[in-house]
Amino acid sequence: MAHSLPFQSLTQVADQLAAGQVSSVELTQAVIDQTQAVEDRVNAFISTDSVDALAQAAAADQRRAVGELLGPLDGVPIALKDVIAVRDQPLTAGSKMLEKFVSPYDATVTTKLKDAGAVLWGRANCDEFAMGSSTENSAFKTTANPYDLSRVPGGSSGGSAAALAAGEAIATLGSDTGGSIRQPAAFCNVVGLKPTYGLISRYGLAAYASSLDQIGSFTRTVEDAAIMLGAIAGHDDRDSTSFKTPIPDYRAALAEKKGPWKLGIPKEYFGEGLDPEVGAAVEKAIAFYREQGCEIKEVSLPHTEYCLSTYYIIATAEASSNLARYDGVRYTHRSADAKTVEDVYFKSRAEGFGAEVKRRIILGTYVLSSGYYDAYYLRAQKVRTLIRQDFLNAYQKVDAVLTPTTPTPAFKIGETADPLAMYLQDIYTVSVNLAGLPGISIPAGFSEAGLPIGLQLIGQPYQEADLLAIANTYDSTHDWNSRLPEL
Amino acid sequence: MFHIMGYSLPATHYSLLQKMNYEAVIGLEVHVQVKTASKIFTRVGQGYGFDENTLTDPVVLALPGALPVMNKAALDAIIKAGLMLDCEIAEVCKWDRKNYFYPDSTKNYQISQFDQPICNGGYVEIELPGEARNIMGEHKKIPLTRIHLEEDVGKLNHGTNESLVDYNRAGTPLMEIVSDPALQSAEEAYAYLTTLRTTMVYAGISDCDMEKGQMRCDANISIRPVGQEELGVKVELKNLNSISYVRDGINHEIKRQMSVLKKGGIIVQETRDFDGITGTSQSLRTKEDAHDYRYFPDPDLMPVRVDREWKERIAAECPERPFDKQRRFMEEYDLPYTITSVLVPDRDLSDWFEAVVAIAGKAQAQAVGNWIANDLLRELSAAQIELADSKLMPAHLAELVGLIKAGTITKQIAREVFAETFGSGETPTAVVERKGLKDDTNSYELEQWCRDAIAGNEKAREQFLAGKDGAINALKGPVMKASRGKANPKLVDETLRRLLAE
Repeated sequence: MAHSLPFQSLTQVADQLAAGQVSSVELTQAVIDQTQAVEDRVNAFISTDSVDALAQAAAADQRRAVGELLGPLDGVPIALKDVIAVRDQPLTAGSKMLEKFVSPYDATVTTKLKDAGAVLWGRANCDEFAMGSSTENSAFKTTANPYDLSRVPGGSSGGSAAALAAGEAIATLGSDTGGSIRQPAAFCNVVGLKPTYGLISRYGLAAYASSLDQIGSFTRTVEDAAIMLGAIAGHDDRDSTSFKTPIPDYRAALAEKKGPWKLGIPKEYFGEGLDPEVGAAVEKAIAFYREQGCEIKEVSLPHTEYCLSTYYIIATAEASSNLARYDGVRYTHRSADAKTVEDVYFKSRAEGFGAEVKRRIILGTYVLSSGYYDAYYLRAQKVRTLIRQDFLNAYQKVDAVLTPTTPTPAFKIGETADPLAMYLQDIYTVSVNLAGLPGISIPAGFSEAGLPIGLQLIGQPYQEADLLAIANTYDSTHDWNSRLPEL
Repeated sequence: MFHIMGYSLPATHYSLLQKMNYEAVIGLEVHVQVKTASKIFTRVGQGYGFDENTLTDPVVLALPGALPVMNKAALDAIIKAGLMLDCEIAEVCKWDRKNYFYPDSTKNYQISQFDQPICNGGYVEIELPGEARNIMGEHKKIPLTRIHLEEDVGKLNHGTNESLVDYNRAGTPLMEIVSDPALQSAEEAYAYLTTLRTTMVYAGISDCDMEKGQMRCDANISIRPVGQEELGVKVELKNLNSISYVRDGINHEIKRQMSVLKKGGIIVQETRDFDGITGTSQSLRTKEDAHDYRYFPDPDLMPVRVDREWKERIAAECPERPFDKQRRFMEEYDLPYTITSVLVPDRDLSDWFEAVVAIAGKAQAQAVGNWIANDLLRELSAAQIELADSKLMPAHLAELVGLIKAGTITKQIAREVFAETFGSGETPTAVVERKGLKDDTNSYELEQWCRDAIAGNEKAREQFLAGKDGAINALKGPVMKASRGKANPKLVDETLRRLLAE
């Protein structure tokens, strides 16, 4: 039985739109209705603009009427994490600092989605400035996991994952600095793709940690992820770190690339701290790939134990500098008590930033300060090179690396108050950002308590076509995504 | 506009230093805005005198998500500057963030180059004042530490109860040229800045207008007993916003430091603000207030690799260095120092000179130089126009000099022709034809005028024949008058002598 419109895949709705079986206005209205029905419990969005969305949908229907359809995204409601700029729409980054900010310009991915005809709908909640693993650090609301409203959806792109899982969009965009797409995807039973650093322009993405941030998608299937990636990937001359590389037809590659693959299992990712139910689900997936004729090899990523500390030095150092622009002088929150320029800085930032953001700014400021730079930042950069080398060594033997996405399924809201315990959420995901590699989390089952479990596949730089094909081998033959949340 | 190289300056503080057997050591940090069409890390235009906050965009305003992208033209310019000053151009340079909070910066960090600047070493050749204006002074090479590229900041306008900020200037490409502590006097600093400015203007890198902030200078000044290796405690002098203020500020600071020592005090490492109008300085901050800038490589920008082809392309665009040109002008054209020191500091003027000589021939170079240094500059100044706007073309002056050489017109007539051509653009030959200014040297008229002159001044004739050669001059006046100035003085002289000898 087919799901109702808001729960269908991008591929499914695109086919129906193209065939004229449904209009974009109908589809968008169905998504808006679903949002209105569940949003008071899910809290996936910081803001929505249904008038604007329906106007975009009507424009898509007009294009269809004259046979000028722009492609599979034309007329499809897609929500963006509230760190991606959309012209004339609010951009809060989950922060009180930007509570009243409206972006005067489009991010490059926004432009690309608009050019593809997508109906941009909803500003998805997130941890403040993408710092967190639960969305509890949002200044505005905590998003609930649609599969268990007492639990977190993960983070920092928790709103994007939850919105998709709850039928509040057909696909969403997030950003991933240390796991912020893959971890919430695992928690919410959706596909989360973090592409290779440099494949997607960061222009218009409010920066957390520039050398790690990457925009990616949440979708219901790997095939949908291939469609989204094709729409947003590519060099951008507004982003010096975006890479000039040909963009293949990722969707076509799914059918062309059949394997069998050589998959590496890093022993360091299956040790202490891994929840047995998550471990069992991943073992099952490994068994599946073996049955498909894939060669499963144990690989070693010896610098894994340094990943978290390396990540928290580099990410916070960059963040301390990136967030300096939110100073109370121009477009941000400004303290009403500010009388001097120092007041403007100190009071505005004290009032505008939340605790986790402050913690990371302080940590980052410390590791960059005179006398500590060599011991922390410089050393972390060297370790980062070693971490990348670990993966490149592994790729001499295997096509991709397979791991759990997270150590555990979704945890309870308010349960993880200790920041260090929260940082451990990223233990299987940060290495991918440090190494600049593409990583994808796909649904791989449920715990006995009914909580989704994610499987992570890590690919080679700019080889998303291979990675998606490997992921699709599993995803297209399993139907975990058909198990919808009971809302 | 035409500054004279080696302009003589007072040297008031020397006596005091010498009396105490101390010497000054000065290093300069000069910021020069690079004249590119757009800002250093974004596409918005740059310039001076626009309405406040109109040269802005998401990058300049540091909106969430904005990213810098390097403007290659700014790198071209600094490579050019480095080649002009004989620097070593780094094969790889990178961008660093200099973190500090100030409202003139939108990101609260400045993109700069910390430990891998694009230019290392090099020197600025300076000329010290000569003994007299017409004597070339001593030349010295002041070694450079480095030149790096960074972004300029915005401008704060302080009112009584509020401060406003204009971000038009923010993101203008800015070179920082750092000298070694190798200058010994305010005069050397003055000469250093003069050369830098001439060189930058020559290469089209910057207009270096200090009033517009296109060139800004900070000076690090210390004093030490003569013979001591170690440098004294340095004081940084800021806000030296004219070349004269640099000279005055340094002289003031050396005197201040000497008097501190004389009173038995200690010189404190600090930054001082010099007021050029009152000639006083006050402390801005001491070493304890120094920032920790937390430099780190900017993750938004890739390192820059400068390959040989790039360097060679820029080298081909580099003009001759001004002092090299001056030496060449003196040798190749046998020009006197005074003329070269008028022509060379202005690249357009010296190019114009060479354009004329190329037509008129090297034998005419001195005459051409004189015409430019005297007549052309005077006419330009009187007309209040730039050379580029003048109707006088190099071919005109070459033609005019040719007419004099051929004896077609006299120098006196030539002045009149020059003025005509300068005003109208009519060729000198055409002016001569139209106004009938041609010298009819062999005409019966000239001989007749000479005979009349001799007949009309018996006394002069007698004196001349008695051996007083100068008496002939009294006869020339009436001849020139009769010819309305057209007669060739040399021929007049010859004719008179021939007739007097009859």
